[in-house]
Amino acid sequence: MQNALLEMRAITKVYPNGVVANKAVHFSLCEGEIHAIAGENGAGKSTLMKIMFGMEEPSDGEIYIRGEKVKLQSAQDAIDRGIGMVHQHFMLVPSFTVAENMVLGMEPRRGLGFNEAEAIRMTEETARKYNLTVNPKAKVEDLTVGMKQKVEILKALLRGAKILILDEPTAVLTPQETEELFRELKQLKEQGHTIVFISHKLKEVKAICDRITIMRGGRTEGVFQTADVTEQEISRLMVGRDVVLKYDKDSPSFGEPMLTVQGLSVNDPQGKALLSDLSFTVRAGQIVGIAGVEGNGQTQLIEALTGGLKGVSSNGVVTVKGADIRDSDLLEIRNLGVSYIPEDRMRQGSAGDASIADNLISTRYRSKDMNKGIFLKGSKISSLTASLVEEFKVRCSGTAQPIGMLSGGNMQKVVVARECSTSPELLIAEQPTRGVDIGAAQFIHQKLLELRAAQCAILLVSADLNEILEISDSLLVMYEGQIVAYFENPAAVSEEELGLYMLGIQRQDEQDIRRAVNHV
Amino acid sequence: MNSLLSVILTTDFAFSLLRVTTPILFAALGALISNRAGIINIGLEGIMLVSALAGVILSAYTHSAWIGLLGAVLAGTMIAGILAFFTLKFKTHIILGGVAINMFASGGTVFILYLLSGDKGSSTSLASKVLPSVEIPLLKDIPVLGPIFSGHHILTYVSILSVFVVYYLLNRMSLGLRIRSVGENPHAAQSVGVSVIKIQYTALLLSGFFAGLGGAYMSMGYLSLFTRDMIAGRGWIAIAAESMGRGTTLGTALTSLLFGAADALSNALQVLNIPAELIATLPYVATVVGLVIYAVSETRKKNRKLKSPLAK
Repeated sequence: MQNALLEMRAITKVYPNGVVANKAVHFSLCEGEIHAIAGENGAGKSTLMKIMFGMEEPSDGEIYIRGEKVKLQSAQDAIDRGIGMVHQHFMLVPSFTVAENMVLGMEPRRGLGFNEAEAIRMTEETARKYNLTVNPKAKVEDLTVGMKQKVEILKALLRGAKILILDEPTAVLTPQETEELFRELKQLKEQGHTIVFISHKLKEVKAICDRITIMRGGRTEGVFQTADVTEQEISRLMVGRDVVLKYDKDSPSFGEPMLTVQGLSVNDPQGKALLSDLSFTVRAGQIVGIAGVEGNGQTQLIEALTGGLKGVSSNGVVTVKGADIRDSDLLEIRNLGVSYIPEDRMRQGSAGDASIADNLISTRYRSKDMNKGIFLKGSKISSLTASLVEEFKVRCSGTAQPIGMLSGGNMQKVVVARECSTSPELLIAEQPTRGVDIGAAQFIHQKLLELRAAQCAILLVSADLNEILEISDSLLVMYEGQIVAYFENPAAVSEEELGLYMLGIQRQDEQDIRRAVNHV
Repeated sequence: MNSLLSVILTTDFAFSLLRVTTPILFAALGALISNRAGIINIGLEGIMLVSALAGVILSAYTHSAWIGLLGAVLAGTMIAGILAFFTLKFKTHIILGGVAINMFASGGTVFILYLLSGDKGSSTSLASKVLPSVEIPLLKDIPVLGPIFSGHHILTYVSILSVFVVYYLLNRMSLGLRIRSVGENPHAAQSVGVSVIKIQYTALLLSGFFAGLGGAYMSMGYLSLFTRDMIAGRGWIAIAAESMGRGTTLGTALTSLLFGAADALSNALQVLNIPAELIATLPYVATVVGLVIYAVSETRKKNRKLKSPLAK
């Protein structure tokens, strides 16, 4: 083996609140490789990366760069030593231009002022050098996610990064953008850069990484040449059991239509069409999936179904169990027997500082059996929430723990527990497993299938193609606010074929799309 | 109504408009800088008060208005520094820190005033100096414009100049770029090695500097002495002006002028037969109305964003 470019020895990190995130972790990086770090949420990947990038100091252990012991006390220390990081949540200032973001912290000056022309020149030069095209004068808030990521990579390169850490870089990308990213990463590798690739998508790890370090529960489970291990082996090491990638679904038995959307069109105040002429039905016991590249109207559709049509001019009809909901707010819609798992569990799905118990009852604390006069029934609430935490296997110290202290997967389990435990007749699930580990995702999928078996109608919006192809009974593809394709047997559709519709390259004819109304 | 117009449509009124806007403008520019760095300095009122007293005392003992001005500005910067120290170093909540500064200033200035002059109300017994007014050659001889724009207190001109300085600072200097990045996405700033705390320190000190200028103007220009609680809410009005100005330099300057107009009007209307107490409430009523309009329009905008499916 080549000499280690960067080596982390026996890294232990104990946070002030007593959480042990890393236990004697070893990590070694060779020059010029793409090295994956794989593990479930909460396995300690992020903490290890933060230590590598100087954002956290290890409680114990040593870091060596080219054999020399170093102390990384700030991100600047890491940058100075040629380490760059592309964070999962982009570290960009939205109102700034690309060039301004590029040079922030190392601004070129002219006299007293900021030298914008030089910033643009530096951006263009770096972009040319690494063959990554960006428009230096564009505002970052107007860029696509893929573009923003490019800016982040360039930012690190401009600062002389030889080691690039990418934290789940593909989580937010379309399949095509992912491929482009992989091309770029390979190119950077050829130019002598070393890349640390954090992911829990095993296919991607297999596709571009030379070696893989697997983490579980804060420890390293092993380091392998990627070519020598199979996806099954990796996933077994990650979750400690074989991940079942297929689900046993009962054969469908569809009941009455629960959600009917007919000719729904919504324009923004400028007259631009946000949703145009959507028609589909979700019936009891049916999971209808909606696939599409983010920003093609899925968010607006979900908003329209969850009270967003109130006070907005729209065409068409939306009914839940036959009741028109265009003038209803979310509470009224929920009272019809609708549950809603929002996309953003941090901001919409939960109240971070409130306890797990409070979060669990936040949709039903008004109900009669929770109240006695003006007081809530404490004992009833504790027994209900305790049983939910148990049933949904939420790993926590107790129901009084603030939900914000849980890992992403456990937080999401709480949200899912809340929404699934009210015996809903219609569940609107928006990215229900985004950013959660395989174990939690599987668990959530099982719960969705259980609901389906209990004759709940489910509308599932997801960017995770595996998920949507696997568990949906039928699948709609949205592109630019329209339904462009309808599939009856999603499991038989390939990701590549789906990609053509998602990117608007292909479109089914009107009759095929209309089948979404009756599913015949 | 005619008498009202005859009060407003005079060069005297326009002149007084600039005169009373000066302290609000200084403080609003201070509020602007710290807000853009993501930290709301609600201690402006207290900072101005301390500066006003510092200017009076120093000019009285050194017999120099300029040293008084220097002292006032240093005092303002120092108080802002103390606020920054507690909020940024010890993580005191900025609102609590600001309230503490304001209460400390209100009581502390009277205490020091009493120690030095034996008077709890005003500094009449201290022979403090006043900064000069400036006649602008050529301009002063032009009819209408001359009487309006010439002959102002030097700090009034400084305040107008400061609008351009702050604009340049925030929009054309790398410090401004960093201040805005820290206010908008501190994580982004930190990830590229910009010290968020250092930038917020700098912004708070600058806001103290400008509030200090405003305080100096109050006791060494607007009036020629210190009286207890003489800032009379101008620090708060400035915060309102900044938020109504939507965080832009020009907007802040214009809304400051608007609040200044209310203040000037309340002064001018005292010649009419309207109860003085009622007139004295005008700037504050204007502040409340202004904030209500601002809040309503912001809420509407937000609601539209939330309600309409165009949110994302």
